Amino acid sequence: MAQIFHRSTNTISKVSLVTAVLGAGALLAFAYSMDRGSYITDVKVVKEQPVPFSHKHHVTDDGIDCRYCHTSVEKSAVAGLPATEICMGCHSQIWSNAAILEPVRASFRSGESLQWTRVHDLPDFVYFNHSIHLNKGIGCASCHGRVDLMPLMYKENTLYMNWCLECHRNPEKFVRPRDQVFNMAYEAPANQEELGKKLVQEYHIQSLTDCYTCHR
Amino acid sequence: MKEKPALDLSKIRARLESAQGPLYWKSLEELAETAEFQAFVEDEFAERSTDWQSPANRRNFLKLMAASLAFAGVSACTKQPAEMIVPYVRQPEDFIPGLPLYYATAMQMGGVGTGLLVTSHMGRPTKIDGNPDHPGSLGASDYFHQASILTMYDPDRAQSVTGNGRISSWIAFQAALTAVREKAALKKGDGLRILTETVTSPTLIAQIKGVLKELPGAKWHQYESCGRHNAYRGAMLAFGKPVNTLYHLDQADVIVSLDADFLSCGPGNLLYARQYADKRRVQTNVTHTPQPKEDKQEGYQAGPDAPRANQSASYAEEARGPVNFPPQVQAQGKTAGETTLNRMYVVEPAPSPTGGMADHRFVVGGGEIETWASELAAALGVGGAAGAGKFKEAAAIARDLQAHQGACVVIAGDRQSPRVHALAHAMNQALGNAGKTVSYTDSIEGNPVDQQDSLRELVADLKAGKVDALLVLGGNPVYGVPADLDFAAAYKKAAIRAYLGIYYDETAAISTWHVPEAHYLESWGDVRGFDGTVSFVQPLIAPLYGGRNAYEVIATLAGESGKTAHDLIRENWQSASTPDQFEIFWKKALHDGVVPKTALPGINVTAKVPPAAEARQTAGLEILFRPDPTIWDGSFSNNGWLQELPKPQSKMTWDNAVWISPSTAQQRGLNTEDMVELKYQGRSVTAPVWVMPGHANDSVTVHLGFGRTRAGHVGNGVGFNANLLRTSTDPSGGYGADIQKAGGHHTFGTTQHTQTMEGRDLVRVATLEEYKKQPQYVDEKEEQKPIPQYMTLYPDFRYEGYKWGMTIDLNACNGCSACMVACQAENNIPVVGKVEVARGRHMHWIRVDRYFKGNWDNPELYYQPVPCMQCENAPCELVCPVAATVHSGDGLNQMVYNRCVGTRYCSNNCPYKVRRFNFLLYSDWYTESLKGVRNPNVTVRSRGVMEKCTYCIQRINAAKIDSEKQNRRIADGEITPACAQVCPAQAIVFGDINDPKSRVAQMKAQARNYSLLEDLNTRPRTTYLGRLRNPNPEIERG
Repeated sequence: MAQIFHRSTNTISKVSLVTAVLGAGALLAFAYSMDRGSYITDVKVVKEQPVPFSHKHHVTDDGIDCRYCHTSVEKSAVAGLPATEICMGCHSQIWSNAAILEPVRASFRSGESLQWTRVHDLPDFVYFNHSIHLNKGIGCASCHGRVDLMPLMYKENTLYMNWCLECHRNPEKFVRPRDQVFNMAYEAPANQEELGKKLVQEYHIQSLTDCYTCHR
Repeated sequence: MKEKPALDLSKIRARLESAQGPLYWKSLEELAETAEFQAFVEDEFAERSTDWQSPANRRNFLKLMAASLAFAGVSACTKQPAEMIVPYVRQPEDFIPGLPLYYATAMQMGGVGTGLLVTSHMGRPTKIDGNPDHPGSLGASDYFHQASILTMYDPDRAQSVTGNGRISSWIAFQAALTAVREKAALKKGDGLRILTETVTSPTLIAQIKGVLKELPGAKWHQYESCGRHNAYRGAMLAFGKPVNTLYHLDQADVIVSLDADFLSCGPGNLLYARQYADKRRVQTNVTHTPQPKEDKQEGYQAGPDAPRANQSASYAEEARGPVNFPPQVQAQGKTAGETTLNRMYVVEPAPSPTGGMADHRFVVGGGEIETWASELAAALGVGGAAGAGKFKEAAAIARDLQAHQGACVVIAGDRQSPRVHALAHAMNQALGNAGKTVSYTDSIEGNPVDQQDSLRELVADLKAGKVDALLVLGGNPVYGVPADLDFAAAYKKAAIRAYLGIYYDETAAISTWHVPEAHYLESWGDVRGFDGTVSFVQPLIAPLYGGRNAYEVIATLAGESGKTAHDLIRENWQSASTPDQFEIFWKKALHDGVVPKTALPGINVTAKVPPAAEARQTAGLEILFRPDPTIWDGSFSNNGWLQELPKPQSKMTWDNAVWISPSTAQQRGLNTEDMVELKYQGRSVTAPVWVMPGHANDSVTVHLGFGRTRAGHVGNGVGFNANLLRTSTDPSGGYGADIQKAGGHHTFGTTQHTQTMEGRDLVRVATLEEYKKQPQYVDEKEEQKPIPQYMTLYPDFRYEGYKWGMTIDLNACNGCSACMVACQAENNIPVVGKVEVARGRHMHWIRVDRYFKGNWDNPELYYQPVPCMQCENAPCELVCPVAATVHSGDGLNQMVYNRCVGTRYCSNNCPYKVRRFNFLLYSDWYTESLKGVRNPNVTVRSRGVMEKCTYCIQRINAAKIDSEKQNRRIADGEITPACAQVCPAQAIVFGDINDPKSRVAQMKAQARNYSLLEDLNTRPRTTYLGRLRNPNPEIERG
């Protein structure tokens, strides 16, 4: 009986086997990089905003505290974005004619809100509360990164669940004294492990990994 | 859907009669034990096949699997669209984004206001609860209050002023109304009529009276479709003047209700339910099931300052150690032997929540109750001749009443004849109850009139062409007025017909002007409560559709068209305080929700004994007209929550029916779901039959409020319109009806067969005497005894922090079902519609089961609310393949929507049947206005996701975060789930079982505490307290 397949098919089959394996691997690698990459996570991606607001300028250059604008951060689940009125508190006096601030003045005149694009956007089934994290000694920078050095706002971390759990499982690695919560330049001391354990005890920090802690 | 075969009623009767011992049953279908019923119960996820029509084969299966895999992968790659943050321009003071604000306001029904506290999230009202400072609420509310918020967001509401059917404007309407006034003024008001519902608002009364003073020829008529006409007439008969009757059930040891459903509807019902339940609360110091002592106990401290253990670490695998029991709790209070209960006798034609709570319920036809009352009165020596001795129990009840002079009360129902009301007044006087259990004030209405006469006069004038302009302020009379008056034809005779109403309804359609009415959550106002206490109605939101209210319409008529309701109310109340103190008075009254010292003072009146009844024709079938339990007179027809709420007695949704007793049905060859032609006084309707155990024989009950044609998308074409049979001579019913099988079949969507627990011993009842002998009657039988702790191979969970638990006192619960709607409002539970309900797919997280016991003519009625049991050994947790339902550190069975893939194994394995599955996309994700009603702290579930009661985890978490910020333990009573908050009887108690001083630990320590299906060793966190009955030994013996 004659050969059904030509000899060259041997090579073709070997090559295609290897390609399939490599291709599957490449596909997985591609999927993973997509999932973790900034296309999906938006990490370090600057969003277009009505006014190119610079945290770097306001925090580092002007020395304004986070809570001057994010008024409800210590009281409520949401940190709160400043009402136009708060912007105009200063900007009716300084840079009052800057073209870049026209949307702010327009909002103040017309009574129509500014519409900012959300940078830190959690899924709707996640219920995060700012106030309790601050109260338990988690600094702004722990999640938001060095906002004081960001000319334009972007997301520093993925805000994925495994990222949250890093701290929820081991709070002692990240906790800081309450008076350092708003210190953007705070660096964990060498004895973080020791200090962390002490603070966990003192602030009654619980390792909350129950689903209902965030999902309901 | 398949049609169910007819029931064999004689077989059911035989089964009931042959039953050994007490037999609890949920429905006649269950008793019949038909194969179809069994199949329905066993197939929890019924009728799947209809969702997927194509025949299943390997090729299709593979296609589907491949597609699911691919789509699941693709959907995971979705990039979420950008979201906007929209801050204020000028942020109001005291406003913290993310935190709710609460405002006191009031809702009126039938003219009676109930104080409410409304939750507002970011400027939109989301939840309504009772105002604890209001005497008519005490923090409780009913399902009408709860569901009224959905009406406000209803996209079907009228959105524009219309004039002669064309879109118009408020300004144009004001001009038209001013023209009416000027024209009427030429004739001193002749030809101008105002028709309102019952009005108790002091401001509106003053306004209307002002108009009438200026235009003396004008007339003000009042009519309420399901009003309290007979209570008014009864008071006139007994006292010669309209009197408002208040009951003090906290003083009453014996209660006789003459068809009065005072626990679930009518003025003051929330207070009465509370007072009644308070008289039935029992506590003993018998410790339930002694638990082994463990060395862990002494370290336990409770109270706000106690140290809090780390909460979730303790249940991690490695931390599972020896079983850790909470400290032994001793229930405080009276011993079983010292227990006293009140006693209630109810005589009624059709089962009601009040009848269900009665120690003795007598089933008597609606018209016969007058005879019954006469016999009771005669036995008490009130009113001349003794009755014919038809009702032998009357004498025994009279003796019981006389033994409790000054501590008993007789209450007449709103649908009973004026003479029954007058008799009740006379009996209360003879028993020395006046000033003790009953007190009287002047009417809370500003202008009390006989509304039936008032309406008849208006219709006569309309027909005679005496009315040029009729201003109708709410009430939808074209739908609600009894058919014999033919209101629609009469109405059309008025040249100008202006109507103020929330919907473009039946009345609006034939009015020349229609003004959309502002919902009470959108407008200012004032209203009197059941005892006269005034509450200000304050808006939570600007009118969504530019609605106006009665104050502004009447102001226009009075020539003050620029004034808003806010101005008018403030003006009217200026005299309530000195001018310099007014702002303080106003702010305080708005904040508290009640205006101080406005409750009406008591008056002394003497009741005349009414003359003997005229002989009435009582032959033939009796027909009774009753407001529907959930949608009332039709004002809530377009409210999906109330349409889908199972009626407390029949557990029927999305329908009304002709209620008929099983014996009469058997006699006439009728069966549930048969279509009949119902004839009364020459008019007829075609309607489906519902065989109702415990209904009076030779009598049928029909409910009003259905058969609407212009209610909106939800309410149109649901049920039949019983108003078409009603007559204005006696709108509550009469004799001489006829019922004929019309052929055809109607399918009901009822929830009473679904989630059944198949005849196991779920409701446990004892009489007071039995309880005194055996306080632990709830675990008398072997299968009722809790399984000892060592009967499991697995180590127990340890709870060193909180341990949440709940008790439901069946002695207090009257089955009113307010908890179901409160839960729906709090937890964003969707409405599924009648077809889905009929498939057993309703979504309520808490259901109220109703059980019958005994024969079908007069069964005892029991109610049992069933939320998730939050089992310690939860069967659901074991079977979830994706860990979407897991145990939490404080002992809740967490349901994680984002993990759920919809296998439904958990629900299959749940013995309590408390899990609900989103078979389709039930939540409305697209209607813009309905997004406003959602609780922002609870996920809106999507298709393919299981859900269930969470003990209101959002409230637990809020309290936890609050307490942690203040570095303290959560205090007892700080967390109230929505069902417990709404409960007028306070039957539901929630708290930390680890705290021996908590109310819930106290309740669980009572002897009456038991859990459902103990023999499964699921160890539910939700437990029940057994029901007690207090029958009169004289009657019980027969």
